[in-house]
Amino acid sequence: MDYSVKIGGAAGQGIQTIGESLARVFSRSGYNLFSYQDYESRVRGGHNSFQIRFADQIVLAPRDPIEILIALDGESIPLHGNELSDIGSAIYDSEDLGQKYDDPRFVDVPFKRIARESGGSEIMANTVASAAVLGMLGIDVSLLEDVLRDTLEKHPETIDTNIKVARAGHEYGKSHCPRCTFAVVPSSGRKMVIEGNQAIGLAAIASGCRFYAAYPMTPSTGIFVFMAGHAERHGIVVEQAEDEIAAINMTLGASFAGVRAMTGTSGGGFALMVEGLSLAGMTETPVVMVLAQRPGPATGLPTRTEQADLLYALYAGHGEVPRILFAPGTPQQAFKLVNKAFDLTEKYQVPAIILTDQLYADATWSIDDIDLEQFRYTDYRLRGDDFKSLQEYKRHDFTESGVSPLAVPGDAPHVVVTDSDEHDEAGHLVEDAPTRIKMVEKRYLRKMPLIRREIEPPVLYGNASPELLLVGWGSNYGVMKEAVDALAGRRNVAMLHFTELFPFPDTEMPPTVQPADAGREAVKAGAYAASGGTPPGFLDLMKSADRAICIENNVSGEFATLVRAETGFEFRDRINKYDGRAFSLEGLLEEIDVYL
Amino acid sequence: MSTSDKWVGQKPAWCPGCGNFGILRAFRKAMEELQWEPHQLIAVSGIGQSGKFPHYTNCNTFNGLHGRTLPVATGIRLANHGMPVVAFAGDGDCYGEGGNHWLHAMRRNINVKLFVHDNQVYGLTKGQASPTSLTGMKTPVQPFGVLSAELNPVAVAIAMGCSFVARAYSADTDQLASIMVEAFRHSGFCLVDIFQPCVSFNKLNTYQWYRERVYKLESEYDPRDRLKAYERSLEFGDRIPTGVLYIDERLTYEEKVPALAGAPLVQRPFEPERLRETVRELY
Repeated sequence: MDYSVKIGGAAGQGIQTIGESLARVFSRSGYNLFSYQDYESRVRGGHNSFQIRFADQIVLAPRDPIEILIALDGESIPLHGNELSDIGSAIYDSEDLGQKYDDPRFVDVPFKRIARESGGSEIMANTVASAAVLGMLGIDVSLLEDVLRDTLEKHPETIDTNIKVARAGHEYGKSHCPRCTFAVVPSSGRKMVIEGNQAIGLAAIASGCRFYAAYPMTPSTGIFVFMAGHAERHGIVVEQAEDEIAAINMTLGASFAGVRAMTGTSGGGFALMVEGLSLAGMTETPVVMVLAQRPGPATGLPTRTEQADLLYALYAGHGEVPRILFAPGTPQQAFKLVNKAFDLTEKYQVPAIILTDQLYADATWSIDDIDLEQFRYTDYRLRGDDFKSLQEYKRHDFTESGVSPLAVPGDAPHVVVTDSDEHDEAGHLVEDAPTRIKMVEKRYLRKMPLIRREIEPPVLYGNASPELLLVGWGSNYGVMKEAVDALAGRRNVAMLHFTELFPFPDTEMPPTVQPADAGREAVKAGAYAASGGTPPGFLDLMKSADRAICIENNVSGEFATLVRAETGFEFRDRINKYDGRAFSLEGLLEEIDVYL
Repeated sequence: MSTSDKWVGQKPAWCPGCGNFGILRAFRKAMEELQWEPHQLIAVSGIGQSGKFPHYTNCNTFNGLHGRTLPVATGIRLANHGMPVVAFAGDGDCYGEGGNHWLHAMRRNINVKLFVHDNQVYGLTKGQASPTSLTGMKTPVQPFGVLSAELNPVAVAIAMGCSFVARAYSADTDQLASIMVEAFRHSGFCLVDIFQPCVSFNKLNTYQWYRERVYKLESEYDPRDRLKAYERSLEFGDRIPTGVLYIDERLTYEEKVPALAGAPLVQRPFEPERLRETVRELY
């Protein structure tokens, strides 16, 4: 079972409300889900869609065919009607759209009239639509009733009416779709739903983040909202800065004062933060920056997706600024990498960048649980009595590792001094060449190899001796993994997925083998766990594959460029998508098909 | 270590006769009067001759980027609202490069003391016009004279409702030191715009130019009358008043942030226990 529901309509019509309640119903019933949004840069009007895919197996990517389309506006059926699968149906309200379709696949459901006739207002048409979908699928309406009780907690007077309206909508959906032959398999358990941006916020809080300053910018704003919504409970200051320049400088100020701090933005805002990134490098001030990519150049496509800031994030900053660069593709990867970023930025006093994109930021996944024990917290700062017990303190002391003690100003009678100018060990500005050389070596040559030792190799999923190796990074994890699932058994295919991008992992390291999910027997059969042995270093693996295809959402092949620069390996085959849209599973399979 | 020694830092690299020396003397005097220790405050500075200031005294220092003193100072205050924070900036640094931050720091009323070394010229880059340069002043890059109107920082600050606005002259170190002390004792954002002659690049606003114009506000002057204060802030011609022009005692930003009710963030231990509640919300 693998079904997709798409809600199409204008901005402001409640697409998100319907999508979120259905997602909650599916996840609370124990199904696996993946949802993503396709929207225009406007608050009202236009045409947007929200697609939820739910299945009894793990799903991680958008698919093209849809089983149910909720058409809230007149554009939905002309635009998405042809996306319906063989068993698919659309529902629409002919009274509302002023149009009737003579196609048995398109079912007229009077959303507004059902709401009115059940004692509700027309706004509750959205509840009717959600309930009708459940009726068509044969899923019990009581699950939606629970979701309504929770989401309407702040408007208790509307709960009873909404439930009445839901029941009527459910009954209508159940009895008016003769074509509906969905076989929703029973499921048990209860899963949670998490959005990509929320996973970053949660991981930041779990890593001890105490300060978040930002300027709103799509698609990073979800992190900002999550942090602000949880600021009071977790004792976090969340500040809306006057611009991104202020945001990064405030974040560095908070970090200098002794707390873990993060900022987040998208490409244009990151451009304004670049001077501050260089400042973090020079003053060795820990900071985590989230760069949620959207298509550029300039304002580009503000609400859509691209992976075209990889090399920018890697080289941004005047001077040679060391950095750590991670790109999670799932919430679980974000938990690990955001936590690792907070740890490493403080341990080595080198800025850390989390690179995501709109697909990752706005997508949601169902997950079983969050193991809070996975979050590491080591306080590397010198504070309190440890700081007081020192005879002498120099903020940029030359040590063997290149890492100087990071003290909290005010905790001891020593002063903590740092400078954006080149400085001596005590932090005072200097011009002399010998100090300059030692400082450059300390900041870059000493620390970077140490950080590199902490970097993990990419993940290998699929066949142990692949004829076709799909190589990619960040948010393409899900679609690449599903492509391997789809092709397994027919062809020897594997995926090599990178999340820890810089310092680039040691090429001699074997990749981490990811086992096949339950039910993926064909993947399991050809994979390492079954065939025994350990994989070679990941560079050798790329070299030994008949074909290694680099898959990216950009035009120039930025990751391919990084791989060539770091390893000398040149991808002969590349799949690049730069229309601002995410790869769908079918879309990627079609592109891969050319190489099979 | 004698009281005065502990506030002595690196040897200043300013030109002999630089107006900044008066600010340095006044600052040390203010610190002695407040009886603080160098580790008990944090100085933030930007770029320009003023940016080097913290190195020439002795205290916790973040000497950051040009124009960015106030965001750094704001971040520090929010992370540790128990720590006094002073920002040293120049006229180009604060009113030019960092003008936006200046406006918003006044709006927030973050409890930061901003001391602007206002010499009405760019000294470090050798004599171009600054936002406070007088209209008509000729420089190597303004050979036809400055075409824009000069910025009046104290008038802007009063218009913005800045909590504490003062003007001072660096050659009058006694008055400047007492204004600094008053600013440090005031709760709220403070702007002290300090005239300090640039002996190398400003041949117009010289020691003599200032001496002929500055005078102290009368002892009966009431800095709590905003309209009067605005009127006096516009006096910028043959006569220029110095002293505390405006005071508005209102809640600071730190006092209004819910997460800051209690100990400063930096002193709070990491308590992950309440994360379970946040995770539960995701079902």
